[in-house]
Amino acid sequence: MFIVSGESWGRIIFTMAFKALQTLGDSTIYTVRDLGRMAVFLYHGLVGVFKRPFRGYELLRQIKFIGAGSLVVIFCVSASTGMVLGLQGYYSLHKFGAEGTLGSVVSLTLIMELGPVLTALMVAGRAGSAMCAELGIMRISEQIDALECMAVDPFRFLISPKFLAAVFVVPLLTALFDVIGIFGGYIAGVKLMGVSSGSYLQGMMSSVTNHDLQLGFVKSVVFGLLLVWICTGRGYFVREIRGAGFGAESVSRVTTQAVVMTSIAVLVFDYLITAVML
Amino acid sequence: MNPIVEFKNVSKAFVGRNGGVQKVLDSVSFTIAPGCTTVIAGGSGQGKSVTLKLMLRLLQPDEGVITVDGQDINSIGSKKLADVRTKFGVLFQGAALFDSMPVYDNVALPLRERTKMTEQEIRAQVSETLEKLELLGHEEKFPAQLSGGMQKRVGLARALQLKPEIMLFDEPTTGLDPVMTDEIYRLFARTQKNIGYASVIVSHDIPKVFNLADQVIVLDGGKIDVFANPEEIQWSEKKHIQEFVRTTMGEIYQSCNTEGR
Repeated sequence: MFIVSGESWGRIIFTMAFKALQTLGDSTIYTVRDLGRMAVFLYHGLVGVFKRPFRGYELLRQIKFIGAGSLVVIFCVSASTGMVLGLQGYYSLHKFGAEGTLGSVVSLTLIMELGPVLTALMVAGRAGSAMCAELGIMRISEQIDALECMAVDPFRFLISPKFLAAVFVVPLLTALFDVIGIFGGYIAGVKLMGVSSGSYLQGMMSSVTNHDLQLGFVKSVVFGLLLVWICTGRGYFVREIRGAGFGAESVSRVTTQAVVMTSIAVLVFDYLITAVML
Repeated sequence: MNPIVEFKNVSKAFVGRNGGVQKVLDSVSFTIAPGCTTVIAGGSGQGKSVTLKLMLRLLQPDEGVITVDGQDINSIGSKKLADVRTKFGVLFQGAALFDSMPVYDNVALPLRERTKMTEQEIRAQVSETLEKLELLGHEEKFPAQLSGGMQKRVGLARALQLKPEIMLFDEPTTGLDPVMTDEIYRLFARTQKNIGYASVIVSHDIPKVFNLADQVIVLDGGKIDVFANPEEIQWSEKKHIQEFVRTTMGEIYQSCNTEGR
């Protein structure tokens, strides 16, 4: 049986406290350094948009990848979300005899909230993860180093077209999400539950204002920028990320991390933008 | 003759992910003359690839000065750095070809990005290089469809496009069979003779690169263990150099060395 003297206990507690403090300090330094690195990355990514020669073909390729490639998933999610909103809304509003406001409820919920958020989450899961993995693989296979050795700015060449494409495409996908969602709500509310078609459309037109559309638009632009920033940044810095491991494993871990971080960032910024603009 | 690259008391250390500090280079100094071939040898983790990255300012030294053509590369702006980097051609260990581009686009990329040549001029130059490196007919293939040796040749073709003054080869024959290794080194010798660039070869394969070298740098424990030309190394009476020759070159050079004395 071990007997620990009072002095030894003191030393153990001191060591544990010191280690805890050291870990806290390390984590703080790492977090500050990581945030700084990501801020500089965002700056270079945005500045790269204005650098010449302009990579028009790459921009079109990214628009196709982020935009056209996400159409199916956006269609499926928006249609089902709109229909669920239509049914749930009808069920709730029916209790108060306010089914006539269904069009207004569905359209405002989609335009101000669900459209931008769900579009960003879907694009992050589909295109963001792919961008992160692509850059991570390019980094570990020295392709980004090769660009730098050829005196080619990797931000202008690789990152900026993705920034520009996302800022352009995510609002368009969001608008599409809203339209299909509202139509889904119409199918569920009007065709299935028997709400009057006129009251659904009239409710929508009378309640949605320009400000609501602006709110949805601002959110979609910010979310588009956020998702590309986080996903490409994580992939670009795959070697610097603590706990990511090495090689293919590091790419897979960082990709997962990027999607999770993007999802959290989208939800946090959703609240912030709503709080500021509403 | 003024050196094209000069390292003056360069040190570099890395902080590991566990927080530990590892000093990779410790006050290292050497020069590279124009047109010369320098071989950097040493065990794994001795700072060979770090030395190449420092030359390109892909990494910054903790101490010391690195000059390229007399310019301190760590005190220049991004535009001047881009000009300095165009003096270099680099062949990476894994060739570092862009996976999503076919061979032709990979080779044409430096010309499209760094020159004002027309697409027609680019096509002519790329075709000429591909022909010299026996890659004609493979222009439309993607890197994944090529063998390791062919990928290295495409990497070399891309590195040669901007007519570099210095070529850096990072473990250029890793993963290749002996026949392909010989072919790659013959190709280096031929292209160097044609273009006249200085070259720096990082390699474990000392017996193969020894014949190409004008000077050999052996890194050990962050310091330069040997810095001499091949003849000096071969006939040196210093014990640690004899040990280096014996372990890296095998018994052939060892017996020559003994007979020579």
